[in-house]
Amino acid sequence: MSDLTKSTADVLSQKLAAGDASSVEVTQAHIDRIAAVDGAIHAFLHVDAEGALATAADIDDRRAKGEKLHALAGVPIAVKDIVATIGLPTTCGSKILDGWIPPYDATITQRIKAAGLPILGKTNMDEFAMGSSTEHSAYGPTFNPWDTTRSPGGSGGGSAAAVAAFEAPLAIGTDTGGSIRQPGALTGTVGVKPTYGGVSRYGLVALASSLDQAGPVTRSVLDAALLHELIGGHDPCDSTSIDEAVPAVVAAARRADVKGLKIGIITELGGDGFQPGVRARFDEAVALLTGAGAEVVEVSLPSLEHALAAYYLVMPSEASSNLARFDAMRYGVRVPPAGSDDPSAERVMASSRDAGFGDEVKRRIILGTYALSSGYYDAYYGSAQKVRTLIASDFAAAFAQVDVLVSPTSPTTAFELGAKLDDPLSMYLQDVATIPANLVGIPGLSLPIGLADEDSLPVGLQFLAPQKADDRLYNAGAALERLLEEKWGGQLLAQAPELEVAR
Amino acid sequence: MSEPLGISRADVAHLAGLARIDLSDAELDHLATELPSILEYVAAVQQAAGDDVEAMSHPVPVNNVFREDVVRPSLTQDEALAMAPASDQGRFGVPKILGEE
Amino acid sequence: MTETLVPFDEAITRYDPVMGLEIHIELNTATKMFCGCPTKFGAEPNTQTCPVCLALPGALPVVNAKAVESAIRMGLALNCEIAEWCRFARKNYFYPDMPKNFQTSQYDEPIAFDGYVDVEVDGETYRIEIERAHMEEDTGKALHVGGSTGRIHGADYSLVDYNRAGIPLIEIVTRTIEVPADKAPAVARAYVSHVRDLIGGLGVSDVRMDQGSLRADVNLSLKPKGSTTLGTRSETKNVNSFRSVERAVRYEVSRHAGILDEGGKVLQETRHFQEDSGTTSSGREKSDADDYRYFPEPDLAPVSPSREWVEELRKTLPEPPAVRRSRLQADWGFSDLDMRDTIGAGALDLIVATVEAGTTPQAAKKWWLGEMARRANETGSDLDALGISPTQVAEIQALIDSGRINDKLARSVFDGVIAGEGTPEEVIVGRSLEVVSDDGALGAAVDRAIEGDPDAAEKIRGGNLGVAGALIGAVMKEMRGQADAGRVRELILEKLS
Ligand SMILES: [Mg+2]
Ligand SMILES: [Zn+2]
Repeated sequence: MSDLTKSTADVLSQKLAAGDASSVEVTQAHIDRIAAVDGAIHAFLHVDAEGALATAADIDDRRAKGEKLHALAGVPIAVKDIVATIGLPTTCGSKILDGWIPPYDATITQRIKAAGLPILGKTNMDEFAMGSSTEHSAYGPTFNPWDTTRSPGGSGGGSAAAVAAFEAPLAIGTDTGGSIRQPGALTGTVGVKPTYGGVSRYGLVALASSLDQAGPVTRSVLDAALLHELIGGHDPCDSTSIDEAVPAVVAAARRADVKGLKIGIITELGGDGFQPGVRARFDEAVALLTGAGAEVVEVSLPSLEHALAAYYLVMPSEASSNLARFDAMRYGVRVPPAGSDDPSAERVMASSRDAGFGDEVKRRIILGTYALSSGYYDAYYGSAQKVRTLIASDFAAAFAQVDVLVSPTSPTTAFELGAKLDDPLSMYLQDVATIPANLVGIPGLSLPIGLADEDSLPVGLQFLAPQKADDRLYNAGAALERLLEEKWGGQLLAQAPELEVAR
Repeated sequence: MSEPLGISRADVAHLAGLARIDLSDAELDHLATELPSILEYVAAVQQAAGDDVEAMSHPVPVNNVFREDVVRPSLTQDEALAMAPASDQGRFGVPKILGEE
Repeated sequence: MTETLVPFDEAITRYDPVMGLEIHIELNTATKMFCGCPTKFGAEPNTQTCPVCLALPGALPVVNAKAVESAIRMGLALNCEIAEWCRFARKNYFYPDMPKNFQTSQYDEPIAFDGYVDVEVDGETYRIEIERAHMEEDTGKALHVGGSTGRIHGADYSLVDYNRAGIPLIEIVTRTIEVPADKAPAVARAYVSHVRDLIGGLGVSDVRMDQGSLRADVNLSLKPKGSTTLGTRSETKNVNSFRSVERAVRYEVSRHAGILDEGGKVLQETRHFQEDSGTTSSGREKSDADDYRYFPEPDLAPVSPSREWVEELRKTLPEPPAVRRSRLQADWGFSDLDMRDTIGAGALDLIVATVEAGTTPQAAKKWWLGEMARRANETGSDLDALGISPTQVAEIQALIDSGRINDKLARSVFDGVIAGEGTPEEVIVGRSLEVVSDDGALGAAVDRAIEGDPDAAEKIRGGNLGVAGALIGAVMKEMRGQADAGRVRELILEKLS
């Protein structure tokens, strides 16, 4: 495997700037890597070698002309299949969007293109981002590079696995309840969910509008900061976009100093239901932070008890409405009902949605439809929205005492494919630690902190910060990352098994 | 805030109608057995918050986000219809429409 | 199914109508409610659409500031409170002409609420209370192909144009209206026409019922005289003229009474008004299936108009209708009755425009309340939908004043203009309606008339001018009306003096 695919985006951008490598070389190296390993990983639903190389070539001669380019210009990137990209299929892992090619670019796609990052392709995901294992993709699961019998997590298993398998140095993910952070934890990569409104949602196919955020998926905290800075910032096309400058995330990642930083361990996240190996690595990581001069205390957020329940009302409710547009009238796969020569639009919508949506999507649409229906609204959706307010005040109180909060990202390491498929609730529990941040719009960063003793699989730790204080995540994350890598003598991913390379 | 009595197969069928999904009998049976346990779990929120607590619809408070009334380029007719399952005379082709709204 | 109808006048001896009126007004903003697509009427299908108004995956809405401003000005004109803080909501239901399969509307938090308007009918003033005026968006238009009638039922398939989808609408909802039963139809009509004038005065909409920029729904139920229990209501849609509002109320009263007299149950359903027959036909029955699952729209920020802004906008309102009317009445020297007829006929703004175009108020009134009102009645359309503009009426009056045509010819010019034969000038040429006043042609005709009636001529020579009319008539007859009667009289007297 060429060291071009081993390098972080930051290192690559330096090589490109110094002329030690061309974007075409870097991009080709990743395309070769995809050809070699993606048969075993299935991180990509669509690869655009031609488009990526064209962008790379263009960047190379603009650089040759001495043009001033973005720091990440020429560094290839993989994009989750939920992001609208002109000319590239965008299926959201669903049959109903099979073959749909958007006539417009998401705002983050526009920013990636403007900065000159070659787009390698679109990554696999649970259908419409509904899931925590990528097994709900209509196009088959993604396999965890650490153990291909296991799930990379989800919904963004494709982006996380692509980065973990060195098929891409950078990827875009989206996080509605943990879809960036939990796969990050399960694949030993870095994933960040920015403050709600920090990154434009325009052109991200909506799961739950009040919870969705796009963010970086990378192999280092600094890379995440560089990508965050690129895609973040105000967008007039997204009414919920924050009209302020992006927090100084790159500077914070370079500072990487926790001396005097007040860190709170969340009592409610880390006890029962958390795998021993996860807790062991978490405790060690906290000890490292303390050793580096951080002030660590324990804080309790009692209302987190209700977070998962609230989430599984808010998310399906908003999803049931957001997914109503998939009716096979203007786009999408139209499947008429069997045994009817002249069916009505009404019936064709119903049969197309039945044929086009998978079980988990149907489950959540029905659940959300119920939670919003007359007579139940107050008891379900209404109450869930109140719980968000309670959780927000708990976080406000906690952040009055500490600068950042920490918890394990996921209660377990990567689980066997199929292990949770028939048990929705246990699948939902995968996100118990990540969901609270989405409910209240605060940012969260997950980074790898080692391997669990019992299964030698990656464990992730999550930092949480107040809204618009994303920079705190990068400072603390980069500091912990440096302490750990000094201990490991390199990145955790260096310990990942070599993948079978297709010839 | 009344605790609902759970959810019957008929309820699921009614919801599927509202959600315009033509669920098979097998799917109806499956959801009718599965949803009650999920509902029982999420129903916990009903005890969590009192009437005095405000419902949060937007996690980050923003107000009065408007655009000026200025025309921006639309898609061309071809772009608009490009992905349509059926189209004719510059319009989207859809099956016969029943009822009125 | 055949319906037993009880004549309106009989029905109201036993029942009192309870009405509610919903008016949808399409704003004339340059762009749509939530995207930058243009709103021009009659563009090629699907050329004014974008990812937002086609509800492509991932697209997001952003509110049009002008639409909010218009909504607030409307609310103020309707004497409403303006919300300090309100949100949009999603009204969830599936329909192919609605791209998102939810309508972005306002539910329990309208931008304007608790208003009223005072309308006048037969000299009586009735206060109509406004419950709310809220912002929402229009749907696309489906063209139904095949089928026998082309009506939505029986269509084999449909073709949808989304140019109209997302155009800003303001929905104005009244509280229940209870007025003396015999006045109900007229009050309903007066309310709609009053709102038309009011909103038209703000310049925020074309308010053309015939073009659908103002649409009225009539909700009506009956309660037995003396009883307080409300009956089941029907909702009558596509009522496309002021006249139809009145007719729809009358018809539904008759229909409900027929059902109730037979001890039947009125269905809660949507009905459709049929312009041709003046009846209503059953649409779809309302049922439990109408569960719209409203919830606050998470993709849009709440709207909280500052009180400063609201007061700024209040300053931009035109003078209140009542004030305006008494001013106009004074300026024009109209009697109370003239004024009442003018308002009743919905001719106020038409006369204003005609006068502005240079016609005297009396002449403008003569044409609009006479000729035009007669034609409107014949065709069952509203005055402003006749196909002749105030400027054209003014032009024609000017031609009369200049003596080029007379009143009789003017009627033919009106016909021509309404028939689409062009400008008054073009019609006069096309139909050769010039008045003849050159003495050559007239003189010959006068001579023939004198020869034709020697004793009349004798009497005139004898100084009995009273009989001159007979000769004038003869001349006019020969000239088929196209003669300047004054000049004819002069010639006759010259020749016989
Ligand atoms: Mg409405
Ligand atoms: Zn548009």
